[in-house]
Amino acid sequence: MIRSQVLICGGTGCTSSGSKVLMTTFEEEIKKQGLEEEVKIVPTGCFGLCALGPVVIVYPEGTFYSRVAKEDVAEIVEEHLLKGRLVDRLVYKDVGEDVKEEAAKHVSLNDTNFYKTQKRVALRNCGLINPESIEEYIAMDGYAALGKVLTEMTPQDVIKTVMDSGLRGRGGGGFPTGKKWSFTAANSADQKYVVCNADEGDPGAFMDRSVLEGDPHCIVEAMTICGYATGATEGYVYVRAEYPIAVRRLQIAIDKAREYGLLGKNIFDSGFDFDLHIRLGAGAFVCGEETALMTSIEGNRGEPRPRPPYPAVKGLFGKPTTENNVETFANIPQIILKGAEWFASMGTEKSKGTKVFALGGKIRNTGLVEIPMGTTLREIIEDIGGGVPNGKKFKAAQTGGPSGGCIPASLIDTEIDYDNLTAMGCMMGSGGLIVMDEDNCMVDIAKFFLNFTVDESCGKCAPCRIGTKRMMEILEKITSGNGTLEDIDKLEELAYYIKENSLCGLGQTAPNPVLATLKFFREEYIAHVVDKKCPAGVCKGLLQYSIDPEKCKGCTMCARKCPAGAISGTVKNPHSIDTTKCVKCGACMETCKFGAISKG
Amino acid sequence: MKSLAELAAIRDKMKDKVVLREGTGEIRVVVGMATCGIAAGARPVLNAFVEGVNKEGLSDKVTVSQTGCIGVCQFEPVVEIYESDKEKVTYVKMTAEKAAEVIEKHLKGGKVITEYTITNAIS
Repeated sequence: MIRSQVLICGGTGCTSSGSKVLMTTFEEEIKKQGLEEEVKIVPTGCFGLCALGPVVIVYPEGTFYSRVAKEDVAEIVEEHLLKGRLVDRLVYKDVGEDVKEEAAKHVSLNDTNFYKTQKRVALRNCGLINPESIEEYIAMDGYAALGKVLTEMTPQDVIKTVMDSGLRGRGGGGFPTGKKWSFTAANSADQKYVVCNADEGDPGAFMDRSVLEGDPHCIVEAMTICGYATGATEGYVYVRAEYPIAVRRLQIAIDKAREYGLLGKNIFDSGFDFDLHIRLGAGAFVCGEETALMTSIEGNRGEPRPRPPYPAVKGLFGKPTTENNVETFANIPQIILKGAEWFASMGTEKSKGTKVFALGGKIRNTGLVEIPMGTTLREIIEDIGGGVPNGKKFKAAQTGGPSGGCIPASLIDTEIDYDNLTAMGCMMGSGGLIVMDEDNCMVDIAKFFLNFTVDESCGKCAPCRIGTKRMMEILEKITSGNGTLEDIDKLEELAYYIKENSLCGLGQTAPNPVLATLKFFREEYIAHVVDKKCPAGVCKGLLQYSIDPEKCKGCTMCARKCPAGAISGTVKNPHSIDTTKCVKCGACMETCKFGAISKG
Repeated sequence: MKSLAELAAIRDKMKDKVVLREGTGEIRVVVGMATCGIAAGARPVLNAFVEGVNKEGLSDKVTVSQTGCIGVCQFEPVVEIYESDKEKVTYVKMTAEKAAEVIEKHLKGGKVITEYTITNAIS
């Protein structure tokens, strides 16, 4: 009889920090103690606290162990599982400025600051069930929504429920999902399709990957529901080939669902047929755009096509198609089971429900969080994220990846929802949230994201292909110290032109990082151009390293470290840097014990 | 899958396996499993609780878990029962048979078996 379960995270983050070895070590140790009949090991999807992986949770206590090493396993098995004593030193502690040592310790996962304010809807099963077991999913009321839809509801009922819930597309645009479904349903055709967009391409975003890895069946179930509502009998999941664990688990889920008759012919004896296929993307960012994605599924080069006609009229293989993002689908079964009102009770007036964010950058708790819409940026960063480390000051948060903008520290109390972000010139995007501190140069950040879109532009339309390249050149001119004030104006003008004239979402949003930083941090651009200085000390072209002869003791350490041979001087005499040779790597500054070297 | 009943059957069969992770138990049965407890025979007691609770279909509301030494080693195996809004009940010198009785009378019937409690053992 099983009395205790050990859940080990098998998401990508924890797998790369060694959770696989952990799993086999637990098995061995448990066997050694003769506990095989009492303790069960369950591999799960992502818990969210990826920075602290590998993560292990022991139930029924819900004890949350972080950064567990192979060497710790014997102790956990002997102390916790055999003798019932917690292994204190591995129990997760809250982090943050004003967290006291005593109050910081939490035995149960749900009491930690990181989880307390979260509301898990899309991620509800992630980290709780074995994603490769259809039976565990069913135990968590899995496929009950599909059963309800097929036996009790008409397709119109389903669309109405989704519409009433207020669910909007989680992929970035925020288009009402129910409306999208109703468009496809209204068009009659001999064949219709459902497409799931799992081509998550924003740098630093991993929400969709975690859902597919942690709860793949909910996507299978939701797509089948969507098929019934819109009259489609076939579905495609377009997922990045760079997500091998997600692809494997999704395939297992589809195979199992077929075996159980939850995909295929005559599901629940209702006469409704539906089947699913996986298509792998080859890593092009533009394929996350819906029309390019469909072109790619059709077997052609992934390039967008003009809309209209919209996919609801002429989509995949020229047939009416509904396309939604992974996270959007992940909300559907819960909306059907708990009702539209339940979902609409969370969030703000125009943005209902919750949103998953991938928290990264200069923050203590890197990982995945799901919060109700309308939560302030301050709560996300300070309470859930544990604040900015190393005593640095929060400067801005970047949302929406290469298509989004940034929220400056002055607007930290903004409630996060679609409309507030759009009003700021920002974008919800798929949910990447990168925290930046005073050491980040905003011009450099804009350059980073623009560089990404320059690389990823498919080249079909001129504004995006040529325009972003020209913007990039201007930014390079500015960061190397050769920019003029006219360049800033030209940059802005070009940005608006590209936004208005590009063919697809990629080009239309590509200038956003530049426009947002210009809006909130124009003075930094001006400092680069007029003072020829990078206030954050990031842009190498504007940096000068120098040695203070008063402080320099002539120890020769820096001269020996310098890879370019730019430092000269004799023992016990002040050294100097030849700025024409200096490559601005900063190695000398790190080496100097006397603080004699400064940059500026 | 041809019917909702079929789905419900799988769900009910599996529910016991995942209910442990929900942590919604209104009643918590905690068995002392330190060296002293194990030596005095806490393991069969723990197993009796886990199996009994499951067999009686109480796993929705009862969580069985273990703890370390609580300091009254001469009374081991010790079992504590926590219930919200009620005073903690501590049973001492437990056996698998007594455990079955506690499940029947206390967990199901809501009646404390005074003769097995620590208060009784001390007085």
